Amino acid sequence: MTVTTPKPAAAEPGPVQKPDLVTFSVDGVELAVPKGTLVIRAAEQAGIQIPRFCDHPLLAPAGACRQCLVEVATPDREGNLRPMPKPQASCTLEATPGMVVKTQVTSPVADKAQQGVMELLLMNHPLDCPVCDKGGECPLQNQAMSNGRADSRFQDVKRRFPKPVTISTQILLDRERCVLCQRCTRFTEEIAGDTFIALQLRGAEQQIGRYDVDVLDGDARGGTAVDRPVGEAYPDTSGQPFSSYYSGNTVQICPVGALTSAAYRFRSRPFDLVSTPGIGEHDACGSAIRVDHRRGVVMRRLSGEDPVVNEEWITDKDRFAFTWQSAPDRVTTPLVRDVAEDGTKGELRPASWAEALEVAANGLSAARTAGGVGVLPGGRLTVEDAYAWSRFARTVLGTNDVDQRARVHSAEEAAFLAHSVAGTGVGVTFGDLEKAPAVLLVGLEAEEEAGVTFLRLRKGAERHGVKVFAVAPYASRGLDRMHGTLLPAAPGTEAEWLDGLRTRLTGGLLPPEAGSALLGPEIEALAQPGSVILVGERLAGSPGAYPAALALAEATGARLAWIPRRAGERGGVEAGLLPNLLPGGRPVTDPAARAEIAAAWGLTGTSIPAEPGLDTTGILDALSVGALGGVLVGGVELADLPDPAHARRALAAAGFVVSLEVRASEATRYADVVLPVAPPVERSGSYWNWEGRVRAFPAALDSSALPDHRVLDVLAAQLGTSLGAATPVEAHLAVAAPGPWTGLRATAPGGEAGEPPVVAPGHAVLASWRLMLDDARGQDGEAFLAGTAKRAVARMSAATAASFDVYDGDTVTLATDRGSVTVPVAVADMVDGVVWVPLASAGCRVHDTLGAVPGDLVRVERSEA
Amino acid sequence: MTLTPILTDTWDAERSWKLSTYEAAGGYDGLRAALAMEPGAVVQAVKDSGLRGRGGAGFPTGMKWGFLPPPDGGPRYLVVNADESEPGTCKDIPLMLTSPQHLIEGVIITSYAIGCHHAFIYVRGEVLHVYRRLLAAVEEAYAAGYLGKDVLGTGYDLEVTVHAGAGAYICGEETALLDSLEGLRGQPRLKPPFPAVAGLYARPTVVNNVESIASVPGIIKNGADWFAAMGTEKSQGHGLFSLSGHVQRPGQYEAPLGVTLRELLDLAGGMREGHELKFWTPGGSSTPIFTADQLDTPLDYESVGAAGSMLGTRALQIFDETVCVVRAVSRWTDFYAHESCGKCTPCREGTYWMKQVLHRLETGEGTDGDMDLLLDLCDNILGRAFCALGDGATSPVTSSIKLFRDEYQAHVDGHGCPFDPSAAALFLYTPKSARTPALAGAGGHR
Repeated sequence: MTVTTPKPAAAEPGPVQKPDLVTFSVDGVELAVPKGTLVIRAAEQAGIQIPRFCDHPLLAPAGACRQCLVEVATPDREGNLRPMPKPQASCTLEATPGMVVKTQVTSPVADKAQQGVMELLLMNHPLDCPVCDKGGECPLQNQAMSNGRADSRFQDVKRRFPKPVTISTQILLDRERCVLCQRCTRFTEEIAGDTFIALQLRGAEQQIGRYDVDVLDGDARGGTAVDRPVGEAYPDTSGQPFSSYYSGNTVQICPVGALTSAAYRFRSRPFDLVSTPGIGEHDACGSAIRVDHRRGVVMRRLSGEDPVVNEEWITDKDRFAFTWQSAPDRVTTPLVRDVAEDGTKGELRPASWAEALEVAANGLSAARTAGGVGVLPGGRLTVEDAYAWSRFARTVLGTNDVDQRARVHSAEEAAFLAHSVAGTGVGVTFGDLEKAPAVLLVGLEAEEEAGVTFLRLRKGAERHGVKVFAVAPYASRGLDRMHGTLLPAAPGTEAEWLDGLRTRLTGGLLPPEAGSALLGPEIEALAQPGSVILVGERLAGSPGAYPAALALAEATGARLAWIPRRAGERGGVEAGLLPNLLPGGRPVTDPAARAEIAAAWGLTGTSIPAEPGLDTTGILDALSVGALGGVLVGGVELADLPDPAHARRALAAAGFVVSLEVRASEATRYADVVLPVAPPVERSGSYWNWEGRVRAFPAALDSSALPDHRVLDVLAAQLGTSLGAATPVEAHLAVAAPGPWTGLRATAPGGEAGEPPVVAPGHAVLASWRLMLDDARGQDGEAFLAGTAKRAVARMSAATAASFDVYDGDTVTLATDRGSVTVPVAVADMVDGVVWVPLASAGCRVHDTLGAVPGDLVRVERSEA
Repeated sequence: MTLTPILTDTWDAERSWKLSTYEAAGGYDGLRAALAMEPGAVVQAVKDSGLRGRGGAGFPTGMKWGFLPPPDGGPRYLVVNADESEPGTCKDIPLMLTSPQHLIEGVIITSYAIGCHHAFIYVRGEVLHVYRRLLAAVEEAYAAGYLGKDVLGTGYDLEVTVHAGAGAYICGEETALLDSLEGLRGQPRLKPPFPAVAGLYARPTVVNNVESIASVPGIIKNGADWFAAMGTEKSQGHGLFSLSGHVQRPGQYEAPLGVTLRELLDLAGGMREGHELKFWTPGGSSTPIFTADQLDTPLDYESVGAAGSMLGTRALQIFDETVCVVRAVSRWTDFYAHESCGKCTPCREGTYWMKQVLHRLETGEGTDGDMDLLLDLCDNILGRAFCALGDGATSPVTSSIKLFRDEYQAHVDGHGCPFDPSAAALFLYTPKSARTPALAGAGGHR
């Protein structure tokens, strides 16, 4: 018999390990807290607020501001209580057994120490609270009231600085307000990893500064600066021009008004704002946000607090890009297109709801009989809307020709989503990413396409040693900041890599040409329990990649999660906004599945079609040849489609087009009836984020705008059917109506990797994905944010560049038969024969201008422009 | 009491800094003795000798070495703090200038004792001549086989890197020094972890003062008892006493700990002709000042502490009756305001404020409340700052107000300084007609 208890294996599910508790007291209140808890945190549990500035629960302790001083006594070896000679900073002090802490509440020493520090902080602080953005919600202001003297004894000369320092087009710094708590610099180092500000100089001259060649001996690196923002940019501490997708977080955690955002500066007073919780609508992460509005106008958005999703961080896009919802091109009334006697279409004109609904209903009825109606609901719907759309398509229009994917898509992807995403509930979580032994990213550039996910991965890599691997054409700065390993792959060869990894991790031998030389032993971590494979929606464009990812997951036991870009796509998969899926992961082809849905929807006469319908491309093809009689479109940007020109032709040829839209778009041009719908801020609803987590949000603004489900409900009523989605509550309950699917899941996708194209001289394989900040309409009206978007560049390897006779900094033209884009060259360490450009940035619209998709060949030539 | 020239023994020799001079005087005998011992025995000998840190804090050196965790196969480092910057302190720099091999031999013995194979000497960057001399001395030691691979054929390897700092006072604080050595901004680190556990490059590290390390060879060569026989019961051994200011012969006086200022003044030829002692610092500007009342206080850690100050770096700055204490303290405070690293509020803002109040007082623009304000400010800085430098900044202010409050009051009442600065000067001095306003211009801090 041994005296030691064996440790349970980490992966073994067992009772939750009880943390070692430490018992100590704060102001006479006995507390038991887990070992390692800081006194300042523990005191909060007892309801005792110790004032603080530098302390932040998500940042490493600094102990810099000294505002949180408390009196401490600890027992010595004999158990006699020994007071510490100096007051201690409670933000750096871990509670120990028997410790006795006296805060300002019970200790005159602590109280005086805190008042002393407060007086020192205030003496150089300007008295501009009445015009300061932070005034009214300022920790310095508040704590000066609670823990400071009523007046200052400082009658000398204050420190002053010219103001403000422009850190980016979006972030401004007023140094004289700064209390040098270093929260912002610690955020950039510890969380985002894009160190764009740092402490400079010393003593009373110490200040937060941006990269300054005069101070830092300017080792600005040569060559084309990649990731250079559109707006004015200064180098960060690495010498690269600063561009950050997370800089807005520094404004929020600044405990004074030193960091402000250009968009919000001097715009409102916090006490005039009404705050409503919300969910970020710009990506599939479902970040908790806070919407601050005043008299029906959103003034700003902040990060909400959600420890399991986005912690307290959001992307700048989620923070600043909200003006699109109130853009001047909002559709505020229904619009109906006049049709002349001879049938020629005229102009759209405002119409009453009654008229518009009638015209729409009649048109859709007619179109339904004239070949059917295709449904393109777009990928940005709430899950309530998605269910209403799905039900509308199946019951009112009697079709499975429905596809939410306004992007590159494939039948293989639809099969993959049906097999392994739909109806699976919460799978891999953000927390899992933080603790996974290894994470493999395929078809996903986390920082660009799922910003908060990147922060979690980086946290995992920094604090828990998560090994990150990415199958991608080049190592992005994001991957570097996660200390990740690149598995270099040309677009279209992802399946090859995944198959190779599977062979390697199941003990097989790889042929030497399969890149096995690139695989160090660390790749083995991917086979350890808890590892995760994150696949992005871009794999739809890489034949065989989804099946290969599934096979790899199965072979290694790694868990698989699918991360789309758009906020509504995960919920849409759940609602059956795919031609092969009904709600809850029910295959369309399964009679039992159809019966369950029919029962849930109270269908008696009509039945759900048994055959899978057309996908987006199929619908557009059918429209252009007149095989479909009409189309119901919702919030689809035609330029986002793989072939926008084809989409335009299809919509122009369509017999009848009904469009549900927040703002006038290209689709409006082709619509016979436009029904206005509410943007997220004016309605309640919920998204499903990529984890499968329900992210519900209330309406922030009072509005008469109707959500999609309400519009579809009345449209269905006009057509004699009930959707059961008249109110938000009804629509929400309708989501749960079908219950979970217990029948057979859709079969796994098959699919072979395609042969990589032969690259002819003067050509290159196109690699591309969307950047977080680009030419998208979701960022309309936000000029300051637009200035922090990255400029479009064409990345290629030195060898590839040489083959086109271009060098770093030259400009190059990418052309197809359709058109061309001209962008500067950035030579990068990447796969030869491949050129990367952003998919939809200003001046570089790949789908629209080139009519190309990633994996296509494009002509590349030197441009003298 | 007589002098005990040990570190200073060869300072007057021809080309005293050369290895040959050092060897001729018995140098490196200590190393040979040490290398014949077990490392643990070397540590024990230093513990037995009672050597306490000569950098100011007086922490037992051997005990500090003993804090290192057991070897785990990874590197561990010795870092010598040669960033001597305390006002009044001038012992390490002359030592390294005149007899650098003392330090290098100490570095080798200490490294051997603690299992370190790469030692660093962080020397203050402004003293370029010392930096050069150290580089040359290290080179000589390499050439002679004292450093590098297989030291003296024992199989022990040691590399020594001499690093020039950029001259920030804060980098004398050991954790700020480590950050600076790593190429970061020199600001003190959060403790724990202490350097012994996670110091340089997050590895176990011993940080010692130059004089502490230089004292080690003698201890090994002559034995712990020899060292312990000098000094007092709890403050053993010899130490450098740096006399500066209004004395006849300022300079380094190496004496057993426990010597008194009266004895040292005798050795230094007394005060400036025709003048009397007014106040003095026992250990640099960060130690509370003394007056003639403490002339017979033994200069050891305990006695100086009991008398209300600290032995510090044994930098005895001597001021006679011509000196305005407000002016002296104001200059010291200027130094602390200039050298505050800026990390924590009390030191950064407190020194900025005190500097202005003192300038105000000195120029006769002070008010009756200013002395109490200063005392209260000091109370809000002392023990509230991140590191000990904030505490040090308060010492001259509090001690001077305590001892010379009347003189402060005289500045207020008389609307100006009652002293003639040129009387205190040891050289031709023309007072500036008008002081530059303390905080002229943007940023204020000059």
